[in-house]
Amino acid sequence: MREVVFWGFSGVALAAALLCVTRRSAVASALWLVLTLFSLAGLFVLLDAQFIAAIQVLVYAGAIMVLFLFVIMLLNLGRAGPSDMRGWLGRGVAALLGVGLAVELWVLVRIVRGGGFAAETAAYPLPPGELARVQQAEGAVGMLAEPLFRQYLVPFEITSVLLLAAIVGAVVLAKRKI
Amino acid sequence: MTPMLIDLSAPAGITLALLPEIVLTGWALILLLVIGWRHGDPDHHRWAGGFTLVGLLVALGTVLWLWRAGATPDGLPLMIALDGFRWATAAIFLIGGIAAVLLAQGYLGRERILVPEFYALVLFAMVGMLLMGGAADLIVVFLGLELMSLSVYVLAGIKRRSPQSAEAALKYFLLGAFASGFLLYGIALLYGATGTTNLQAIALQLADSEIVGRPMLALGAGMLLVGFGFKVSAVPFHMWAPDVYDGAPTPVTAYMAAAVKAAGFAALVRVALTALGDATAAWQTTVWWLAVLTMVVGNLVALAQRRLKRMLAYSSIAHAGYLLVAVAAATTQGGSAFLFYAFAYTLMTVGAFAVLAAVGRDGESDLLIDDFNGLAERRPWLSFALAVFMLSLLGFPGTAGFIGKWLILAAAVDAGQATLAVMVVGASVLSAGYYLPVIMAMYMKPSERAEVAEGARLARGGRLVVAAAAVVLLLFGVWPNRALDVARDSGRQLAVPGVIIGLPR
Repeated sequence: MREVVFWGFSGVALAAALLCVTRRSAVASALWLVLTLFSLAGLFVLLDAQFIAAIQVLVYAGAIMVLFLFVIMLLNLGRAGPSDMRGWLGRGVAALLGVGLAVELWVLVRIVRGGGFAAETAAYPLPPGELARVQQAEGAVGMLAEPLFRQYLVPFEITSVLLLAAIVGAVVLAKRKI
Repeated sequence: MTPMLIDLSAPAGITLALLPEIVLTGWALILLLVIGWRHGDPDHHRWAGGFTLVGLLVALGTVLWLWRAGATPDGLPLMIALDGFRWATAAIFLIGGIAAVLLAQGYLGRERILVPEFYALVLFAMVGMLLMGGAADLIVVFLGLELMSLSVYVLAGIKRRSPQSAEAALKYFLLGAFASGFLLYGIALLYGATGTTNLQAIALQLADSEIVGRPMLALGAGMLLVGFGFKVSAVPFHMWAPDVYDGAPTPVTAYMAAAVKAAGFAALVRVALTALGDATAAWQTTVWWLAVLTMVVGNLVALAQRRLKRMLAYSSIAHAGYLLVAVAAATTQGGSAFLFYAFAYTLMTVGAFAVLAAVGRDGESDLLIDDFNGLAERRPWLSFALAVFMLSLLGFPGTAGFIGKWLILAAAVDAGQATLAVMVVGASVLSAGYYLPVIMAMYMKPSERAEVAEGARLARGGRLVVAAAAVVLLLFGVWPNRALDVARDSGRQLAVPGVIIGLPR
């Protein structure tokens, strides 16, 4: 059952991602991206990370995608534009990068199949079922909140300052009259 | 004196450890709140500048107080370091920030850039820099770098009417965001190779020679170098620098060339020496080549420049090369040399840009070196100061620039990098070819454009910056002992202490 759900979500995520980058129309691309994000949320549930899955749907598939669509509509990019791939050089570089990535993936799969990373990952093991056990004890949110507000409190606070600086900067640069 | 032990896991301890950053953030918040109401008037703008200046001075005070109190972490520093290197770099950045604000006060009014948010962004960038110099964790390094970069992207484009300024901001933003991606990927790979993002914990992991040999570690270190290389404008990642320095308002350029670059280097030195000190094989050769390329290309291209602002931009690229030599030495001695050079470099760069802002108009990017002909007759003190800055940038004996370069040479030679030391000397000789003509123009050529000298005006703040920078450079050129001791002590603390109590889970 788990296997079937995993392959189902992965397949949908990959297909939607492919459609997202191949569609000419920006709106269609954005909608396919929504589907990819939803499928990823499904995969998170399979990994016992229900809270992350919910956040993924709320923040990414919800809020951020609305902003994407908003910008697309605002700039009137709804219609299909000309392709970005122009000339032989562009195509050549794209093909080269694509082939490189495919080779990398192939090598990785071969190493994992051969048990090559076993020695490296053995140093930091997470026993099967460990995540579910911690979640039982601390709750889905507590498991995330505990390290976020204790161990990573300083980075968390810096991030809030970072976001404030970004907002101020955006207003300074973009507001018509300041 | 007994050192002040700070327990970084307690709320009070972490507040104390982050006091300078908290002061700066609080100041920025109050400033933002007030300028929400008091905005358009030039008076309000002057007030915002003064307020920011006080904030920077208070932060400098807290840094010096914590430094003198000998704040030491109780156990492993988890997120933020408490050592001489942090305080020394913080002091350098704050001095650069104070100078930039002093310059900006007169300059922004003159160029009619009445955006008081400028000062809030300077404060935010300063928080980011302090965090970069004081980070004990790669996450803090990254967040500090982003905080600094985001603020500076906006500062570069703060002159909203000028297309050059907008181009500078956009170019800086796109390439900077790209570089951040590299940095983040590098951090992820380092985490993959060692299982931690804490700098000292990474060093402990790397004591195990099996991990040192992992390709993932080398790849991660390489990505980190690309990311930092962009930020410090090392060749071949320097393409953005001349255009951005050229297009940004001059006080911002001074801030970028001095403090922002020093912050990038501080983070690089910390990561390279503290975390990867045992894995020099993974990065030393790369830094070696970066240093050589940066010195050669920066100096050669600077030779061809006729416009002073662009020449200073390329000169700052060349100086990134000298600082990379200190990193390539891969010893704490190199870290000390970096500290002293960064201090001297901040002063001479800010000073040179201050004179440029005084003499030029309207962005200063079209001011030729020939425009300085005969400046010494009309403005002897200003010319003298610029001569001091040029000689110090050149590394002339009697200036702090010479002592700094000598320290870098010593660090390189002691680390067995004699070739690199020879390259530094050769590059310095080359740099005489563009620093000396400025002095020659001022003192030996007849004046052609009298209006340049007549128009040269420095506001009170700018005058203070130029005078203080020139005096300090000369002072530390002949009497560097005290500063040398401080730099040596602070650099030494970069090494991971032998016994560390309380490793993270």
